[in-house]
Amino acid sequence: MNRAANDLSTAELRELYRELILDHARSPRHFGKLSAITHTAEGLNPLCGDKLRLYLQIDDDDRISDAAFEGSGCAISVASASLMTDAIIGMRTAEAVDFSNALIASVTGRDSPVELGKLQALQGVREFPSRVKCATLAWHAMNSAIRRDHNPASTE
Amino acid sequence: MSKSLRQARSEARGDIGACRDDFPALAQKINGAPLVYLDSAASAQQPVAVIDAVAEYHRHIHANVHRGVHTLSHRATEAYESARDEIAGFINAGNRREVVFTSGTTESINLVAQSFCRPRLRAGDRILLSQLEHHSNIVPWQLLCDQTGAELLVVPIDERGELDLATFERQIESGVKILAIAHVSNALGTVLPVADLVRRAKQQGVPVLVDGAQAVPHMPVDVQSLDCDFYAFSGHKMCGPTGIGILYAKEALLERMPPYQGGGDMILEVRFEGTKYNDLPYKFEAGTPNISGAIGLGAAVRYLSGIGMERIAEHESKLLQYLTEQVSRVPGIRLIGTARHKASVQSFLLDDIHPHDLGTILDHQGVAIRTGHHCAMPVMDFFRVPGTARASLALYNNRVDVDRLVESLAQAKEIFSQ
Repeated sequence: MNRAANDLSTAELRELYRELILDHARSPRHFGKLSAITHTAEGLNPLCGDKLRLYLQIDDDDRISDAAFEGSGCAISVASASLMTDAIIGMRTAEAVDFSNALIASVTGRDSPVELGKLQALQGVREFPSRVKCATLAWHAMNSAIRRDHNPASTE
Repeated sequence: MSKSLRQARSEARGDIGACRDDFPALAQKINGAPLVYLDSAASAQQPVAVIDAVAEYHRHIHANVHRGVHTLSHRATEAYESARDEIAGFINAGNRREVVFTSGTTESINLVAQSFCRPRLRAGDRILLSQLEHHSNIVPWQLLCDQTGAELLVVPIDERGELDLATFERQIESGVKILAIAHVSNALGTVLPVADLVRRAKQQGVPVLVDGAQAVPHMPVDVQSLDCDFYAFSGHKMCGPTGIGILYAKEALLERMPPYQGGGDMILEVRFEGTKYNDLPYKFEAGTPNISGAIGLGAAVRYLSGIGMERIAEHESKLLQYLTEQVSRVPGIRLIGTARHKASVQSFLLDDIHPHDLGTILDHQGVAIRTGHHCAMPVMDFFRVPGTARASLALYNNRVDVDRLVESLAQAKEIFSQ
């Protein structure tokens, strides 16, 4: 491979696997169960075997007071779930769903109408179409949990 | 250097390296780098001979088979049936009536489960499989269990990925009604001692189906010398088209089996009072078949025979040894599947990098491998891993491919060491 192509290729990879992503993949936040669970959903990505279960605690005010997840998956899906749980705690459910839809639009290459903050780190998957599903898995699971949809959220 | 000269020189060296030039897909760049294709166990690339045979059929020969009196129908029938003859010869079937065209290994196995086994099984009967099986040699039997009340019995494997033969010895004597077993494991590359397993099964009067999808592309296969009752394989894993495959079955068994599907071409006479089925193998080929696929598979068989399966096996065996040695040297590698007798496949894990992440990083350098559970979840469960990265070889791979794989693994380590 020539050097220019190699550098470009490495740059895209480093964009995908940036430090923030690797950090959350290695040390996921809010990993485990919650003591009080009001909403839960499973997310499955049969292509690569990512499997996670999301737990939410939603209070009477319709606010997500706590969130956690368990499961296993690739760096992108675990980091995405970790970043998501960090981000949604304290949001009202409607706000969380809007945010989720904006994030999904953003990583699939459509422009995002809201400020994503550090979650923009997930936009590295835009250059990797086969990995978009990994980045969106947790978010689909959250939408299902809030809808109280009992079928596992699948990225297929 | 002209191709013929290069080919002559490499043949003089006894290697088959020049055959790589027969595969146009291998000449492209992926993500800016020359493609290194190490995913032939999922699907092999096609040589020009196959691509051209299929194109020629579509350009000049296409018509329905076994039907028309017109010239094209006659030509299409001749091309379709001569492909059957080539394939019968390739696996040394007793005769052409024993070679049924199907859509692939999956359909071949479902056909045997439904047509041969279903009428014979009663509640509590046992079906013997191994822990190495691909889902396509598990799920058809589970469906059959649901239909009949039969039970699955599974031959375990050891840490190398070899069959536990002592347990097999006990299981085969426990009233098994069919043994359905892979010839080569798709996830680990283990070559099973199929001839020995068939001999033991025969002593107990147990019929045997062999899933040969990962064996036929990589070694000479002689179904008569194996003495199995059924042998299933797919075209696209042996440089042929997708959507075409073979069920080899002993003629005496096929004669007694009811049709698997009903439709045109599988009948001699249809009356509402009753229908007379066609002769073998047409009784099992209902409807217009995959004519171009069969012709493409015939061309693939001709191509592979031209090189010689013995030579292909030798080339791949040396290359697999080189691959395993080179990959083992990468710090943090864990090899999954270390059987003493293997073909074409090496599964592995690198550090704590998820296989899917590894697949993305390698792909970005033009290196195509398979990542995930390889449709063999029970194998993954045995090794307690969610999946593996799998490099698989075909006749057209060489040491440069292996070296590129190892280089790209080093880059993956670097990216993940931030």
